[in-house]
Amino acid sequence: MEQLQLKKVDIIFGWDEKLTPIDVYDKTIKKSPDSVILDMIDSGLKGRGGAGFPTGLKWKFTRNEDSAEKYVICNADEGEPGTFKDREILDRVPEKVLAGMAICAYVIGAKEGYIYVRGEYNFLLKGLQKKVDIFNKQLQERKVDFTIYLRSGSGAYVCGEESALFESMEGKRGEPRNKPPYPTVAGYNSKPTVINNVETLVYTSEICRMGPEKFKALGTFDSRGSKVFSVSGDTPIAGIYELELGMQLKDFVEEFADGDAKAVQIGGASGHCVPRKKFNETVIGFEGIPTGGSMMIFNSTRSMYNVLHDYLEFFTEESCGQCTPCRVGCQQLLKGIEAVKKGEKPPSYLEDLKKLTLTMKIAAKCGLGQSVANPFISIVDNFKEEIIY
Amino acid sequence: MVNLKINNIAISVEEGTTVLDAAKRLNFRIPTLCNHPDLSVAGNCRVCVVEIKGARLLAASCATPVSEGMEVFTNSEKVRIARKHVVELLLSEHNSDCTKCFKNGHCELQELASEYRIGDHVFLDLVKSKDKIQDISSPSIVKDNSKCIRCQRCVRTCAELQAVSALAVVHKGNHQSISTFLNKPMNDVVCTNCGQCINRCPTGALTERNYIEEVWNAIYDPKKFVVVETAPATRVALGEDLGIDVGSRVTGKMVSALKKMGFNKVLDTDFTADLTIMEEGTELLTRLKKVIVDKDETVKLPMMTSCSPGWIKFQEHMFPGMLDNLSTCKSPQQMFGALAKTYYADKVNIKAENMVVVSIMPCTAKKFECNRPEMRDSGFKDVDYVLTTRELAMMVKQAGIDFDKLEDDHYDSILGESTGAAVIFGATGGVMEAALRTAYELVTGHEVPFTNLNIKPVRGIEGVKEASIKIKNTVPAWSFLEGVELNVAVAHGLANAKKLMESIEKGETNYHFIEIMGCPGGCIGGGGQPIPTSPEIRRKRTDAIYAEDMGMTLRKSHENPEVTEVYKDYLGAPLGHKSHELLHTHYKARKRY
Repeated sequence: MEQLQLKKVDIIFGWDEKLTPIDVYDKTIKKSPDSVILDMIDSGLKGRGGAGFPTGLKWKFTRNEDSAEKYVICNADEGEPGTFKDREILDRVPEKVLAGMAICAYVIGAKEGYIYVRGEYNFLLKGLQKKVDIFNKQLQERKVDFTIYLRSGSGAYVCGEESALFESMEGKRGEPRNKPPYPTVAGYNSKPTVINNVETLVYTSEICRMGPEKFKALGTFDSRGSKVFSVSGDTPIAGIYELELGMQLKDFVEEFADGDAKAVQIGGASGHCVPRKKFNETVIGFEGIPTGGSMMIFNSTRSMYNVLHDYLEFFTEESCGQCTPCRVGCQQLLKGIEAVKKGEKPPSYLEDLKKLTLTMKIAAKCGLGQSVANPFISIVDNFKEEIIY
Repeated sequence: MVNLKINNIAISVEEGTTVLDAAKRLNFRIPTLCNHPDLSVAGNCRVCVVEIKGARLLAASCATPVSEGMEVFTNSEKVRIARKHVVELLLSEHNSDCTKCFKNGHCELQELASEYRIGDHVFLDLVKSKDKIQDISSPSIVKDNSKCIRCQRCVRTCAELQAVSALAVVHKGNHQSISTFLNKPMNDVVCTNCGQCINRCPTGALTERNYIEEVWNAIYDPKKFVVVETAPATRVALGEDLGIDVGSRVTGKMVSALKKMGFNKVLDTDFTADLTIMEEGTELLTRLKKVIVDKDETVKLPMMTSCSPGWIKFQEHMFPGMLDNLSTCKSPQQMFGALAKTYYADKVNIKAENMVVVSIMPCTAKKFECNRPEMRDSGFKDVDYVLTTRELAMMVKQAGIDFDKLEDDHYDSILGESTGAAVIFGATGGVMEAALRTAYELVTGHEVPFTNLNIKPVRGIEGVKEASIKIKNTVPAWSFLEGVELNVAVAHGLANAKKLMESIEKGETNYHFIEIMGCPGGCIGGGGQPIPTSPEIRRKRTDAIYAEDMGMTLRKSHENPEVTEVYKDYLGAPLGHKSHELLHTHYKARKRY
């Protein structure tokens, strides 16, 4: 087998003794907030949680809001099935996350920052709190009026949706809000808020450390930089890997799969399923299929009906339940494929269900319901026989 | 101003206007379910989605503010498909046994299904059989989860308007539902039975416990003498359910219909509203005397009105430490029942056990009230059945009466005479105004110093209203009140009541007398009134109430000749021995959960 060309990168977990995260912070705040924003925009960094909003713009919009009270929130509600990179980051290099938050606070003018840690990661809290305490103390010594706090979620997937996360933090039911207003205008406590994914915040501090050019040099025109991937499923080497964005799925499969891959689910349950025949033409990145990092490989022993069924069960349970398309739509999709499998509905019913997912995609209130069409259509279209028979 | 186009028609609206409202101005109706003019925006049913040019997603028009240059399409192909899907999805989790539903013909979901001609819709039936078991624990409200579409209007009503939160959203996904604390029966939770949730429920998930069949049975029973009493606010709203314009006064037609339906006597709760003023006014003056002259520290001020059973239960749950502030007067409904089965039964020579008292109320809490164990002072259940304005409208229809064509008729006597002071009980501030008209005159010998007796400061939609009246030129018996500034406050809707009560609790106020009505707008906005409700509808009903008052010859409770007669004949004097026995009661502290 030919040696593979996937470029592995070591930015996220690398450690520069000469320029530790707090040193990066000290170095960065010598610049003006606007020039930090320019660096972020110049780097081309897009949010690593999955949605891919340009980070520099998010910071800029929030900075431009006129409010005495602003917040920085680190979204560590890593709930997408198949992603486990944020856990590793918070465990191994939390200082980089904290530095990213503090830099963001400097840029937008926030006095408080929160890390919203998913309920299942409560085991991380003790260690993380120690690091936060040390970091807060370092900020205090520098007479910086910014403090970071930890908040624990309670296990609802939807709370990873930013506005549901704010509701949860405010002590309410974790239900997504109507948008607009967006978080940059009215987020936590209805104040301007930057909410970034754990990994995004690390890249912000790393861009400040090494300069935007080095980051920009990685990846492709549409997908600058690198990204941490959570590789799982039928692979002998499951784990997390930092790779350049914009790679071919074919190369990824050759490196990670067990030689028998029939499909890769890119982006978790809410992402897209790519069948073997499309491995060659698929690019991982914003120009192709973007991902929050989850890469699930399925080999020929797997039933794609079961895969889809599992995903739909997950969404049926994890929908917050407030909006009709998502609450009822997910249930209909789940029961619908069961009915087709049992022959209670004709195979053509799958077409009705696909139309339903298209409504969910444009009419659901938040990203959860909007994204169910991704796995549904990509699995049903590519593995129709497995769904029906 | 913001310029936009809706369906290619240009319009200019104020900043902050929603797409929904902007479309309405161009006479484009966008269907809604979770939206309600009294409540915060939810944007969760998604039936009001519209297409905005350039946007990837459809937008919920109720939750989307207009923006400059926006191009909106309210009936594009995408919109129509999505909207139909939403309706189909809602129907798939809805118990669509429409013909058996109490809301049949009055259901917003049914209307939409009809509009979109959703036939045998494609999706699978998701209704769980356990949800089809109705919660009928409450004598006032029936909760049927199988009809619920999760629009959360009831949840917002209970929290935002009433500050009760007896209903809340629980669980998520397919298990999400609207429930009570620990899913306890409605009768075992903090619910005040106000019925505001019913007024805003788009389907049959929340309805009143109806007693229509029981009342017909009583009417048809030759051994029973069925007496009906009608509350002040019913006469300005009943017409709405019978094809007559909002804000129409239908007192005479209502009396006529009740007589045609076969009630033996048609009497008026307004009579006992006047009687309430005599009792409550005297109670207030007595309390003032005990506080000012006798320095009796056991007597509590401010005295609080006790006409609204939703408010009473709210206070029993939320402010049990201030129960002694409540007037001991029963509500007019219960005074009526107690007098009907004693004094009146004697007068008409009917045995109390053969008498059935039916009361027509704008209220669902009254159904709970008549079932309270304290309300049996006649030796029987004082009021047997309470019907809402809506139930009466249904009975009128069942009786085949063409309501609009009825000639006006008059209440029977006795217990049928009333004054303008009684009818204004139906609007927020009305009890206060009626009490002041009488108490002021009793104390000074002069009419209240307001043009046409209209005490404007206590009227209107403001949540909490305050007024002060200086008492001057007292008659000798009340000389201790000379120069006293009587401070009063009025609140309506329990969220406002809570605000007022909290400020009283903190000692921030020096009121002598406060009026609280459980429902927004007072009884005209009661939980038993015709659906829909909105600030505009309540304003029209209020105007009708005050027009009714102005149209009366007698406008002060103490001038009601039948009231004078009942004191002379039977009760003696206000707060006398007989009054205490029949017309006054006590309250009990209840837990919040």
